[in-house]
Amino acid sequence: MSSKKKINVALVGNPNTGKTSLFNQLTGLTQKVGNYPGITVDKKQGSCRLPDGSLAAITDLPGTYSINPTSIDESIVLKTLLDADKKSFPDVVVVVAEVENIKRNLLLFTQVKDLKIPVVLVINMSDQMHRKGISIDVEELKKLLQTEIILVSARKKEGIHDLKKAILNYQNCQTNSLLNLFEKIDKSYFDEIKSSLKGFTLYKSWLLITQKSSVKFISEASKQVIEHFKKDQKKLKQYQHKETIYRYQYINEILKKTYLVDRAKAKDLRGILDKILTHRYFGYLFFTSILFLIFQAVYDWATVPMDFIDTSFSELSIWCKQILPLGVFSDLLTEGIIPGIGGIVIFIPQIAILFMFVATLEETGYMSRVVFLMDKVMRRYGMSGKSVIPLISGTACAIPAIMATRNIGDWKNRLITILVTPFTTCSARLPVYAIIIALIIPENRVFGVFSLQGLVLMALYILGFAAALISALILNKVLKIESKSFFIVEMPNYKLPSLKNIFFEVVEKTKAFVLGAGKIILAISIVLWFLASNGPSAFNKAQKTVTQENVDKNISSEDLEKQIASYKLEHSYIGIMGRFIEPAIAPLGYDWKIGIALISSFAAREVFVGTLSTIYSVGSGDEGTIKQRMAAEINPKTKEKRFTFPAGMSLMVFYAFAMQCMGTLAIVKRETKSWKWPVFQLVGMGILAYIAAFITFSLL
Amino acid sequence: MAHTVADLDIRERGIIEELSFDEIPLALMEMGCIPGKQVTLIQYAPMNDPLYISVNGSYFAIRKETAKRIILVKRLCDEL
Repeated sequence: MSSKKKINVALVGNPNTGKTSLFNQLTGLTQKVGNYPGITVDKKQGSCRLPDGSLAAITDLPGTYSINPTSIDESIVLKTLLDADKKSFPDVVVVVAEVENIKRNLLLFTQVKDLKIPVVLVINMSDQMHRKGISIDVEELKKLLQTEIILVSARKKEGIHDLKKAILNYQNCQTNSLLNLFEKIDKSYFDEIKSSLKGFTLYKSWLLITQKSSVKFISEASKQVIEHFKKDQKKLKQYQHKETIYRYQYINEILKKTYLVDRAKAKDLRGILDKILTHRYFGYLFFTSILFLIFQAVYDWATVPMDFIDTSFSELSIWCKQILPLGVFSDLLTEGIIPGIGGIVIFIPQIAILFMFVATLEETGYMSRVVFLMDKVMRRYGMSGKSVIPLISGTACAIPAIMATRNIGDWKNRLITILVTPFTTCSARLPVYAIIIALIIPENRVFGVFSLQGLVLMALYILGFAAALISALILNKVLKIESKSFFIVEMPNYKLPSLKNIFFEVVEKTKAFVLGAGKIILAISIVLWFLASNGPSAFNKAQKTVTQENVDKNISSEDLEKQIASYKLEHSYIGIMGRFIEPAIAPLGYDWKIGIALISSFAAREVFVGTLSTIYSVGSGDEGTIKQRMAAEINPKTKEKRFTFPAGMSLMVFYAFAMQCMGTLAIVKRETKSWKWPVFQLVGMGILAYIAAFITFSLL
Repeated sequence: MAHTVADLDIRERGIIEELSFDEIPLALMEMGCIPGKQVTLIQYAPMNDPLYISVNGSYFAIRKETAKRIILVKRLCDEL
């Protein structure tokens, strides 16, 4: 049994049909997310045990309304189903439909069926049929569509076993096409296609001809034939329209015989909720409340786990220091690696909570209503209603946010969204803000209720959003891109969110963040540690130089140690780098130590706190929290505190605007397919940050 | 002047006569916008744009500029 070849199964279906729920039911914890080669579309795969004990490999293809793609994600479906030579080519396609939208879902089904690949039709959410007053004559539908049909409720785990049986017996599937629609459209034209492109099914040839992009896997000769047919674009469009009309006619005929809705029985949840949630006033009110709830949750709920993670890691460092023999390894571990890892892990609570909310809003169908409400407003800024999701996600992390711009069809809208998303206050800026606010803003209350520190933090968030919107406004005027904007957003039925789906979504996104950003942060902290604990000859003579200098002075050995340590830091490689840029950053109110933190922050902002903690711990040898060390830092020229109010404010403004994240730059490069835009972001945002920080420091 | 989806009131219905685009978006047809089908306007977003409609059993939102190009046969109430 196990010697049999693994069956390759592809899940295909419209968005909002519960395809992902079904995938989660079939594969559970075996699922993995990879990438399709060359593009950043997530490839979700998992395995599933079939009734005979063998395994099937399940791929969850991106949701699409049609096999004709309108976005990069959707084009994966077409590519997967056309490239029959590939090893991963599906043995059987499971088309997921849903009881209520079956008419539109069947359009995709008839397209897949015409490719003559074995196909099983799943009608999901069958448990809702009674409540919605729907009845389906499944046996008749099977006959008319010439396919195996399985009624499934992925949420209630009903019908899953039947589906597995159908997958196992996929060889019994009928692989004929249903409609002779091409004869109806233009018999002689399609006969010509048939005779000039041999070896393909007619529908496959038609798809190859009508797609904008060309494919790699076909022979040169076939390519030329395809190019020949591509010449008459007008005809192709006209025939595609006819094709769609005939398909719907056919589907309507079949559903007339097999599908019945008793409107009297249907409970109209959509109507009731939409009256409130898309209402011109209440809709906004509700959306604002949701946003408020999300921000509250991200900052309030995450405090306890974040504090816990913070103290755990610093205790781990201390404990390691105690049990390990003194030396390079102990230093690397306790001053480089452990604080580095801690700096990543500390973001997990916030990111997980934010993604939980985003996933819940998408699951329930509410996100589409947000897109609907916000579209007109966002268009003024050269964006689309669909830009709201990236901008909200950006408050967790710009990387997944920029990936979420893919469903914005219009290139100009999408590009502007990508360019301005890094202005939103991501969670990596938070530790920087948090520590500086704690240093320079007193713990007062305003009007006896609001904490002053909280208000400053909120002001920084508003600053971030304002910067995003204003720069979008400017980019919208400046960028000359012809946009063939086309906006169509499905308004799905409201659903109770499935905990399982949300759980998988949160785990997947958090994992991607921790592994992606984590590698960079960890590497940077090790490099930093090395650069701070090594240096040219002056560094190595530190002990001697400082001892000699202090030979006449009566100082304790403890103070001497401190002086040696800070002398070492100043003459380490990183100290040299810091002092090199000091003249440039002095007008902003920073010294060379902050300069080091700025340099390393260009890898990732959150490195700032870790860097200062590394620098000050290398420099002092004292225990104590980072905050205490920063508060104790003295400006040698003025003999005042290093982190004065103007310097602190200037630093926060700098972090609000500067593009300090290699991960984001890399993702922008991938998504825009050019270095032009990430470089533009890096330089533009850098200049803006410098000027704004300079003004802040000068005025305060 | 042609009667279009953009002229509908909330809960008003109409029958699609034709799609008057220079290039008809295939995606719009695939969502169910096909001549002969009934359209219902469900909701306007604030500032009357986009429009939330239902056609051929699917529910979706389109912008006003698109709605203006979906020509309707005539007002249902004219028939009554």
